[in-house]
Amino acid sequence: MRDWNTKGRDRQARLEAGRHLATGKIVAAQDLVAFLEAILRPGDRVCLEGDNQKQADVLAKALAKVDPAKVNGLHMVQSGVVLPEHLDIFETGIARRLDFSYSGPQSARIARMMFGGQIELGAVHTYLELFARYFIDLTPQVALIAAVSADKDGNLYTGPNTEDTPTVVEATSFGKGLVIAQVGEIVDKVPRVDIPADQVHFVVDAGRPFYVEPLFTRDPAAITETQILTAMLAIKGLYAPYGVRRLNHGIGFNTAAIELLLPTYGERLGLKGKVCTHWALNPHPTLIPAIESGWVEQIHCFGSEVGMEDYMRARPDIFFTGPDGSLRSNRAFCQTAGLYACDMFIGSTLQIDLAGNSSTVTGGRVAGFGGAPNMGSDARGRRHPSAPWLRAGQEADPDGPPPLRRGRKLVVQIGETFGDGNAPMFVERLGALELADKLDLDLAPVMVYGDDVTHIVTEEGIANLLLCRDKDEREQAIRGVAGYTEVGRARDRGMVERLRERKVIQRPEDLGIDPLDADRSLLVAHSIKDLMIASGGLYRPPSRFRNW
Amino acid sequence: MENLRYELSSTRPAGGTRAVGLVGVVASGNLEVLLERGAAPDRCVIDIATPAHGFAALWQAVTADFAARMAAGGLRITVNDGGARPDTVALRLAQGVRLMEKPE
Repeated sequence: MRDWNTKGRDRQARLEAGRHLATGKIVAAQDLVAFLEAILRPGDRVCLEGDNQKQADVLAKALAKVDPAKVNGLHMVQSGVVLPEHLDIFETGIARRLDFSYSGPQSARIARMMFGGQIELGAVHTYLELFARYFIDLTPQVALIAAVSADKDGNLYTGPNTEDTPTVVEATSFGKGLVIAQVGEIVDKVPRVDIPADQVHFVVDAGRPFYVEPLFTRDPAAITETQILTAMLAIKGLYAPYGVRRLNHGIGFNTAAIELLLPTYGERLGLKGKVCTHWALNPHPTLIPAIESGWVEQIHCFGSEVGMEDYMRARPDIFFTGPDGSLRSNRAFCQTAGLYACDMFIGSTLQIDLAGNSSTVTGGRVAGFGGAPNMGSDARGRRHPSAPWLRAGQEADPDGPPPLRRGRKLVVQIGETFGDGNAPMFVERLGALELADKLDLDLAPVMVYGDDVTHIVTEEGIANLLLCRDKDEREQAIRGVAGYTEVGRARDRGMVERLRERKVIQRPEDLGIDPLDADRSLLVAHSIKDLMIASGGLYRPPSRFRNW
Repeated sequence: MENLRYELSSTRPAGGTRAVGLVGVVASGNLEVLLERGAAPDRCVIDIATPAHGFAALWQAVTADFAARMAAGGLRITVNDGGARPDTVALRLAQGVRLMEKPE
């Protein structure tokens, strides 16, 4: 007779092995390495919680210290590869295979280890895609997660940085896996229950808060006038005509400039209340002045941001907060919101090719994607209409029958034609293709596919790819905003002028944008300190951003 | 330091009456643009001093586009470059023409 509960019995065996080293659910920090050796088995699928922001750092350090003779060949399934320990375990053989989403701080080392064969790459995912696979073919046998506090029963409080935790725990715990949490402290009663105790098997008192990185703080002092010009183009050439109310912003300086222009330039254009009212967005400090001046109605967050906690607590109409008053973020839900309930994604990239494909893989760096491919894609399952979505659909297919015509999400890539270190943003061939060749991948890691991109904004103008009718028009529309990069200089000038007549390309002068306005005085805040003042002192910038 | 001079045709004469205009600053990655009147009404003369050698073709392209796109006829322009990127140069030149159009 078939045994229908092998997974449950497997978990039971691990639970018993772990209990020898625990008091109830509580594992002492000094027993952590031995505990992990007891509950892990070679080849296990493990989610070591590395999110976009918070890190289960104490568990990561302990995992890096286990005996590779006892625990080896692990298959790591985690969204963020951020800490050195996340890669150390591949050097010692504790781990072997990796499925992930984002690796910003480790982008150079992870590439070297992939080239060197130390990491067997499954795939680079978008967040929602990896979360989806947790429930289908990448269900973790063990999840090592992070929370702010726990009670004796194992109820967890994750605070503002809930992020990926509910998703990881749901898949692992109900998939008969084992959930182990590191917490900053053990308390009698948690401020709110983010993860119920019966989904948590062991708790480690780390004695200090988990590591969290401020990822979304952009100093207004570093915004250039060219970035301001691109922001003006986006506001006047896209936000205004499409009437974009529901949107997501990437984390670059161009979109930070847009946020800081809403109360000045946007106000002058009469756009308040007509654009940028509902957001899927991390708590960007640069949005504070727009929130304070009444532009924003509601924001749902993927994660939190260091220093923004008290500000969000004091603005509960705007942010999703719990009974304890603090932010509740949730990456899986916010990614879903960005995919289905937003009419625009606008973000930066490092490379765009002649078909509009974009990638952040450049010369030996693999930064992964995070959420961009999800936000930056048309939701083919979307069925509710909205004005911007319908208009974009009409531009793409003007002759189609309206009741049967799909709308389109506005997917906008914004940047200067030359990026950091004078690297051109426009290229004939993506660096991602070289990576795919070198690693023999079936699929090059493309962040946003060209057929999802609707507009490209540079200081030279806006290219509307929805209005392009064939491959050649598309290529020339892209070359026509590529400035003085080699791609831009190789344009067919006659064709670019014809595209401009059809408004496929719009220059700043075509939109009545005065270049003299591209001045830092147009920014509503000029420094981090200005943002703090705009928040009434509620925003508390991390020390590295305090230069006064 | 490399010195470059371009004498370009610019069909539209510069607007305004301002005799002289200055935009930008000499700083790393930035540039200062001094605009004066005095060239022939269908010509624009641009003198450039740049610390970055070997970018003449790029300067040629940026200045030619500028003279063709903007109303720059009659202007004598002096550029003091601090190694600015072409996008910054194009923006400063456009700002200069607009400044000359503005009443003092």
